[in-house]
Amino acid sequence: MEPGLATYLALSGVLFTIGCVGVIFKRNAIGMFMCIELMLNAVNLTFVAFSRYYSDTTGQLFVFMVMSVAAAEAAVGLGIIIAFFRNSRSVDVDDASMLRN
Amino acid sequence: MVGNALFFVFAGLAIACAISMVYHRNPLYSAVSLVGVFIALSCIYVTLAAPFIAAVQILIYAGAIMVLVVFVIMLLNLDEDKPLTRLRYLYAIGAGLGVILLAQTFFIFYAVMRAPNVPVAEDQTAGRTIDIGRAMYSEYLLPVEIVGVLLMMAVIGGVILSRKLTQPQLELVVDNEMERRGEDH
Repeated sequence: MEPGLATYLALSGVLFTIGCVGVIFKRNAIGMFMCIELMLNAVNLTFVAFSRYYSDTTGQLFVFMVMSVAAAEAAVGLGIIIAFFRNSRSVDVDDASMLRN
Repeated sequence: MVGNALFFVFAGLAIACAISMVYHRNPLYSAVSLVGVFIALSCIYVTLAAPFIAAVQILIYAGAIMVLVVFVIMLLNLDEDKPLTRLRYLYAIGAGLGVILLAQTFFIFYAVMRAPNVPVAEDQTAGRTIDIGRAMYSEYLLPVEIVGVLLMMAVIGGVILSRKLTQPQLELVVDNEMERRGEDH
């Protein structure tokens, strides 16, 4: 069987689903962060597949932008995780309820 | 023919590593599994004739971002995730969401399969690095500049967020100020 556009989209959808379910199942913030990275990668795969099948460079440029935003997200997100760990000695998202009271 | 087989090998590897990432409770095992996903996806980009994106995927994701993640995991000395006990209904929500998304995925799969077959474009210039670079610095110059500003902001924000809070020094300054005001009066 030759992989067509639909096969790439299906792989991307499966990876996105795994990432989305992982965000709900994971309890520590770093695990959720990694699941979000997985979802971003699934979307990148869609961009590259469409770029290939329609021979358009724009898709690959969008992948470049998404990667830059992911790098920025990694820097800021991990900074927040470290700051949160300093305050509460854990990275469990259930402990992040300081604003509730 | 070999390329087709390679796609399925790497697709299986990516899905297996992704499931392993969600399954493991130890964050370090999850991180290593995620590196596996990134490398498998990079190989898939090569089969999609996108060598630039494949190289950048390895450099940025498997290189920079995962090093940062592993560094933070080791810095915080995280132990294993506690099992879900209190929030048991989250399992139901997660499973339901997963089923809905998978159904949507297969709906899209069949919709695209039934649509008139999209052939691979004849001129294979989309993935060439020279074309990407040319587009990046002519047509998409403004977005690239904005991304540069965004990365600069992220660097500054990351440093400010993760530095040690200098609360004692702040108090010292305030105390001196109050003393000086007291002398004035």
